Amino acid sequence: MMSFYETLTALEKYPYEDLWKQYTEVDIKRALQKERMDEGDLLALLSPAAGPYLEEMAGKAQRITRSNFGQAIQLFTPMYLADFCVNHCTYCSFSSIYDFPRKKLSMEEVKREAETIVATGLRHILILTGESRRENPVSYIKECVEVLRQYFTSISIEINPLTTAEYKELLLAGVDGLTLYQEVYHQDTYKALHVKGPKRNYRNRLDAPERGCQAGFRSVNIGALLGMHDWRKEAFMTAMHARYLQNSYPECEISLSPPRFRPYLGEFNPESDVTDRALVQIILAYRLFLPRSGITLSTREPAVLRDHLIHLGITKMSAGVSTEVGGHTNEGGTPQFEISDGRSVQEITDMLYANHLQPVFKDWDILTMPASLSI
Amino acid sequence: MFDPLVIGDTVLSSRLFIGTGKYSRNTLIPEVIACSGSEVITVALRRVDPAGGTENIMNHIPEHMKLLPNTSGARTAEEAVRIARLARAAGLGNWVKIEVINDQKYLLPDNLETIRATEILAAEGFVVLPYMSPDLSVALRLRDVGAAAVMPLGSPIGTNRGLRTKELLRILIEEVNLPIIVDAGIGRPSEAAEAMEMGAAAVLLNTAIATARDPLGMAEAFREAVSAGRKAYLAGLGPVEESAAASSPLTGFLG
Repeated sequence: MMSFYETLTALEKYPYEDLWKQYTEVDIKRALQKERMDEGDLLALLSPAAGPYLEEMAGKAQRITRSNFGQAIQLFTPMYLADFCVNHCTYCSFSSIYDFPRKKLSMEEVKREAETIVATGLRHILILTGESRRENPVSYIKECVEVLRQYFTSISIEINPLTTAEYKELLLAGVDGLTLYQEVYHQDTYKALHVKGPKRNYRNRLDAPERGCQAGFRSVNIGALLGMHDWRKEAFMTAMHARYLQNSYPECEISLSPPRFRPYLGEFNPESDVTDRALVQIILAYRLFLPRSGITLSTREPAVLRDHLIHLGITKMSAGVSTEVGGHTNEGGTPQFEISDGRSVQEITDMLYANHLQPVFKDWDILTMPASLSI
Repeated sequence: MFDPLVIGDTVLSSRLFIGTGKYSRNTLIPEVIACSGSEVITVALRRVDPAGGTENIMNHIPEHMKLLPNTSGARTAEEAVRIARLARAAGLGNWVKIEVINDQKYLLPDNLETIRATEILAAEGFVVLPYMSPDLSVALRLRDVGAAAVMPLGSPIGTNRGLRTKELLRILIEEVNLPIIVDAGIGRPSEAAEAMEMGAAAVLLNTAIATARDPLGMAEAFREAVSAGRKAYLAGLGPVEESAAASSPLTGFLG
């Protein structure tokens, strides 16, 4: 199978420390005048030389976004189905080393969560699980999707990497989108952070978004968990991965997420501090390099920052979020990480309207209708 | 002057079709409709949510408008057909704008899949208006399989670049015996007027109005431009000469 891995291996050999120093303001100005940016322009936009040009980058990013996406911001919310996990990852509350009562929603509970969420007006949902093929097998996800498709017009998954055949199975069940974060592109850091479990298999995870494209998902969302390694390099790899997928699978909508590390159950501290300025630089570089890609903003960021970031290239955002299993109807579970923006769907809606943006609750209809519903 | 545009069994007096996407709020749509004078509005079925309360876009489209549901999001003919059938089943009528796009980077239409979808839906009684890359043989094929009009792009969606495909549009207008509705890319009223002067039957646009500083003012400007362009086309534009033509002919003495 073709893979981004070969490209990534070559990209890892770049002399980044030298490159970051080589770029000057001339390179930034040249990049900003271009309509289509290349790999060198992306490096320039992520370099320290671009630091003083955030305002110019923001102006162009906003124009591109409004032209391609208008004033619309698509809303969705995550639904955690299960927190069983067989991996030991040093930065996640669901890690197998933590001892807390694990949960998995019954179909009745899935239905109740769906009813609660759909009452807010949202029609798009992202379902998540910890990584355990024994506790949350593909058959369990399918069962949940059968329930959820009665309520939602678009269902995306964020679960452990699957085979192409398994992705196809879920596609036929009604899943239309895949979110899968590489977490860390830098291979040595990846090995260090993923101590034990199948997630330690770097290549299996890296190739999974491509398998999703091959299976036929309408949208595939990727990202690096910012803060685990040098953010400039991680953002570069993420954008190059997105461009590879976009060029290889033009029919699939490729989106990017820029999640920053958030507090969780353990005490791991990331080595790279991603400041607000750095986050803005990353989002702008993504937008300018990939003008038509979606960019998703999660509730990991605080409300006041989210209210500003929506003008810089964001096209999707989560609202009314809980990172606990069953958290939309119950309280007291273990959150995967702490959220920063706890506003309700209505509050996010009001905020968007106040900013002259339109919240979009529905932007797709699942087309794989079961025979009983087809016309 | 009575100058109707007839598509299927519908008689239209406005030749400006508009869209519903990219606005800062759906409540602007009825105001834009009023200012534009438009009678046809395209709406992406993917955005229609019958259970969506005030957020349902359909709540903002006045009764008198002719709905043109589009298959935005379809990547294959089969998906476009399914979306069209869903739209009709949802009560949105039997007009459909076929959009089959396999290229998420430039959003250029897939002409072959578009022909396939048009053939299936026209046979099912839909009034089919396919969005297409301007190509003469494709346009003729679309006509032959039952399209009610063809909708070639002026330039890629959302770019506001104007009539970059002008030469190809001209050939379609001259050679295809169907209404040619220039769709996508028109950014300025002058470009809409130019398309109409060339003989386009109508223009469809969205981004140019939705992303203007004053969408209502821009809608009005487009109404006037489309009307002026159409009048100029009907009046017959004077020939363009390479050099100045003497008003007193040099050979007039020959009688």
